[in-house]
Amino acid sequence: MRIGAAAGSVAVYQAMTRLGHAAGTDFRGSPDLSGAKKGTTVLVLGAGLAGMLAAYELRKAGYSVRVLEYQNRSGGRNFTLRGGDTLTELGGATQHVKFAPGNYINPGPWRIPYHHQGLLHYCKLFGVQLEPFIQVNHNALLHNSDSFGGKPQRYRDIMTDFSGYTAELVAKSVNQNKLDQPVTEDEKQDLLAAMRGWGLLDKNYNYVKSDFTSLRRGFDKPQGGGPDGAPTPSTPFSRHDIMKSGLWEWLSFNMTYDMQTTMFQPVGGMDMIGKGFAKQVNDLVTHNIKVTKIAQDGSGVTVSYLDNNKGGAPGEAKADWCVCTIPLSILSEIEVQAGAPMKAAIQAVPYASSVKIGLEFKRRFWEQDEQIYGGISFTNQPISQISYPSTRYFTEGPAVLLGGYMFGPAAYAFAGMTPEERVQEALKQGSVFHPQYGSEFSNGVGVAWSRMPWSLGCCSMWSEQARKAHYKALTEIDGRLVLAGEHASYIGCWQEGAILSSVSAITRLHQRAIGAA
Amino acid sequence: MRRPSRTLLAFLLAGPAMLPGRAALADAAANIAGEATHSTDGAEIYRQVCQGCHMQNGKGGTGAGTIPALAGNPKLASASYPVFMVLNGRGGMPWFGTMLNDAQVASVVNYVRTHFGNHYTDSVKPEDVAQQRGPAPTMEK
Repeated sequence: MRIGAAAGSVAVYQAMTRLGHAAGTDFRGSPDLSGAKKGTTVLVLGAGLAGMLAAYELRKAGYSVRVLEYQNRSGGRNFTLRGGDTLTELGGATQHVKFAPGNYINPGPWRIPYHHQGLLHYCKLFGVQLEPFIQVNHNALLHNSDSFGGKPQRYRDIMTDFSGYTAELVAKSVNQNKLDQPVTEDEKQDLLAAMRGWGLLDKNYNYVKSDFTSLRRGFDKPQGGGPDGAPTPSTPFSRHDIMKSGLWEWLSFNMTYDMQTTMFQPVGGMDMIGKGFAKQVNDLVTHNIKVTKIAQDGSGVTVSYLDNNKGGAPGEAKADWCVCTIPLSILSEIEVQAGAPMKAAIQAVPYASSVKIGLEFKRRFWEQDEQIYGGISFTNQPISQISYPSTRYFTEGPAVLLGGYMFGPAAYAFAGMTPEERVQEALKQGSVFHPQYGSEFSNGVGVAWSRMPWSLGCCSMWSEQARKAHYKALTEIDGRLVLAGEHASYIGCWQEGAILSSVSAITRLHQRAIGAA
Repeated sequence: MRRPSRTLLAFLLAGPAMLPGRAALADAAANIAGEATHSTDGAEIYRQVCQGCHMQNGKGGTGAGTIPALAGNPKLASASYPVFMVLNGRGGMPWFGTMLNDAQVASVVNYVRTHFGNHYTDSVKPEDVAQQRGPAPTMEK
């Protein structure tokens, strides 16, 4: 308070940030690129978020910018599938999306943590409308095929019982003086009070069936009005079943910084962000260009390409500087004239496989029958989760949910299926949660990132060893070339990584270009 | 008895310092990895692990980059090459040395070298794979 009174709100904010109270990601506003020499040219490779951000800021600073993009659209991995869209994957399988108007699935990025301040800054700047994305839903379900007879349980019940029994055990340990060594007498009292509140323990420090515990867990007969309004408490599961279930895994997952509230999504689909960026820079972008070589010498950069607008005719583009945002899964196969450290770094980062399944149903049975509004149900089956749409609640007619989202072994296996098999398998596994799947299903789409022809993978998969050996060389300017994208950040697989990487790359490139670094 | 996920089990075995399961694959929710196949049948391992990229027919594909064909690939002449690739990956291809054991690697390499038009007669044994193993990479937390 003293700082606030003395120095005004800016100082307060700075002080808070320093104390770690208000820090988001490492974003400090739009880059300052003042003093650019007019006529200096920059070639940007890739029209994803990193590339378009670079083009936007560099042009604004006075640079002459051109962007080359392999796909026939801008946005990169930021994209959305709607009814009428077509998706052809490597191997030739083509899916025709049949979703009803207004429905969509985000095969790539789909949620934005509130602390991704770089991305949110540009969303605001470019007028991209955002709405809350529901990450945690206490009425959603948790499922382990080997627990509770394979029956999914409410997140709320698992959460309440897990904290209740854990608190009970801690309280008993305190009261039996089992924690004497680390816990002082003062701390004992605080700990006991905390455990009672956190775990909803009774006066004897037991977690038991009661109106009190049902106020978190929910009642068997809900609270009502009138003469018969009295509720009936619900019965906790046994401690053994709760601990053995492993379902507490999802409670801690939702506690991670990246999953905390408030989470956002663009209204109408994630590609509203890509489109927002494209609106600013699309006049600079040439689509359908396949880069085949990046060469450089002391005076500039020469990029060789095949122009798919002209039947694959070879061509060249020259510039003073180059910002390359091509994913390493692709760049590692392109001849790049750079020092040995950068070249080794480009080869050092494999790409994760990921699969997402979008399923359209004839009605929102999860809302209408089960009062699940947005949020995620988790399972130990390969589909790993079902995410309910965080938008257009209570509307009639068909709606699309995310019927599976996986990485690792499950993603490898699903990517190996035909698109139809992916959808069928997601329906089979998801029906564990919702028997309505069978009667309400309309159509679906299954996107395997390892088969996306333009990325051959989902996102960078850094090992500790590669990060140590190669990250610095990957991100440093090499002659007239700098790399950007989520792979050149510590926020891999998030759009924020692309934003922060690009801001860093163009800031350093600008300093080099004006002779200040 | 199956647990919620293999990764979870790995966390438990590695000790509480590794919980919760945050990782470099941020949005990936890296503890949602699913269970690795236990099969030692080469065809089944290929189906579960390899064909998501290399395709059912082993022909790979080309877009902005290329996923190499295994069909008719002369680099398979020496079994040690595919064993190395499966264990360590290369470029955009991930390492599978931490996901597949020696018997599984041998089995899938033998499968690939005798299918898709490949007719190599020598086979790899788990011991050969064990000999080729180097230090395994560690996924970032």
